[in-house]
Amino acid sequence: MSEGTTVPDGRRYTKEHEWALVDGDVIVIGITDFAQHELGDVVYVELPRVGGRVAAFKEFGVVESVKAASDLYSPLTGEVVAVNGDLGEHPELVNESPYDRGWMMRVRAEDLAELDQLMDAQAYRQLIEQG
Amino acid sequence: MTDPLLRTPLAATHEALGAKMVPFSGWLMPLQYEGLVAEHLHTRASAGLFDLSHMGRLTITGPDAQTLLQRATTNDVDRLEPGAAQYSLICNDEGKVVEDLLVYRFSDAWRLIVNASNRTRVVENLNELAARLECDATVVDETFDLALIGVQGPASEPALQPLVREELSGLRYYHAQRRSLTIRDVDAIVSRTGYTGEDGFELVVAAGAAAQVWNRLLEDRRVRPVGLGARDTLRLEAGMALYGHELTEEVTPFEANLGRVVRLDKGSFTGREALADLKRGEPGRKLVGLSFEVGAVPRAECPVNRDGQRVGAVASGTFSPTLHHPIASAFVEGDAASEGTNLTVTIRNSEAPARVVSLPFVPHNTRPKGVL
Repeated sequence: MSEGTTVPDGRRYTKEHEWALVDGDVIVIGITDFAQHELGDVVYVELPRVGGRVAAFKEFGVVESVKAASDLYSPLTGEVVAVNGDLGEHPELVNESPYDRGWMMRVRAEDLAELDQLMDAQAYRQLIEQG
Repeated sequence: MTDPLLRTPLAATHEALGAKMVPFSGWLMPLQYEGLVAEHLHTRASAGLFDLSHMGRLTITGPDAQTLLQRATTNDVDRLEPGAAQYSLICNDEGKVVEDLLVYRFSDAWRLIVNASNRTRVVENLNELAARLECDATVVDETFDLALIGVQGPASEPALQPLVREELSGLRYYHAQRRSLTIRDVDAIVSRTGYTGEDGFELVVAAGAAAQVWNRLLEDRRVRPVGLGARDTLRLEAGMALYGHELTEEVTPFEANLGRVVRLDKGSFTGREALADLKRGEPGRKLVGLSFEVGAVPRAECPVNRDGQRVGAVASGTFSPTLHHPIASAFVEGDAASEGTNLTVTIRNSEAPARVVSLPFVPHNTRPKGVL
């Protein structure tokens, strides 16, 4: 199942297939290539409001493919400082560019140590290879 | 749950093509190959290839076969000439829908295509009825000996023609003929029917010949394999019912806009008295199409409301790849079902605006003969 899917180094990963990337004092969050591949064509993304608070391992939004809706889980706790407005018009960016233009939200983390509880790229690769 | 999944004669072929395989009504079936939206759009633009071998294939023979089917189904099988097919229903004594099916008449036998989920129930139902009415008719379940392959889309005729010795252009919509194929020693029942709203064919071939027929069709670059995911979005755009969603044992044919296949004037059949009563009354609710702006996608069982009052529920909902916005079928009560009515659908605690529209969502592109 993980054949051909990419897992870039330098990010942290959740069991629910979200990634987190440190960018200055905020964390950028999205879903992995494996996740978008499993979901299929993404047609709608529901994101939190800017200024709202998200909690580690709690739902922060919903991603909908043609077939089904799936919850999104935040990798860490903090304040939402931006969401990707392009996904409103172009939800397919999640499929086309999951690690870049398909990003979902930027969060100011309350406790960066939460990142240490997440998987690194190597551990995440092992997870998806095990299926 | 612990029963092993059934495999169609094409299961290994799908796996070799890299399909994502999923359980469906007890069968292991391809959900998608390259991707649902691409497969859907390709079918509308060119031709899609479908493995439908999970569907039940029953053959009814014997001197009373016609009588048995006339008593079991709601449509009038006496109207069928050899080589013709009709869409029909099986109802229970309360007039609720137990099954929707295709009935084919051939010179030597009657053939039914039934839903995978209802196959054994339909066989039991027919055998019980035959015993009760003392009909001399034999019901044979040939599902495991035969494969069913669909080719759907505007390029389906030119793509299929090289496999069939006789001209396909003469085959009318809702008609079928046994044809010899250009594959040695293989013949097929070729039916001009489908579940996409496009022109297309469904082929019944021996299980052992299925992979050969499938691969020959895929050699034509206009043809691509299509999984169950796109099959569902294509049929919903075309306004066609899926048993378990638009049709259930809670639904009457009149509520589902299928009064045209209930022939009360044909004589006795299962459910006739109840259906006659139901037809005289106003259906309390009706199956309608709902159209949405781009946004959250309605799913089965989402509540449908008008002015904050619940007036129904979604039967099937999806994102329409052709129209680029969400669509749904829904059972809606009273005058809230009138075309043009503004309603809302509850999706994850939010109210999505929806408008009642006429079905189908996407116009049919089938051969003339009229619909059903």
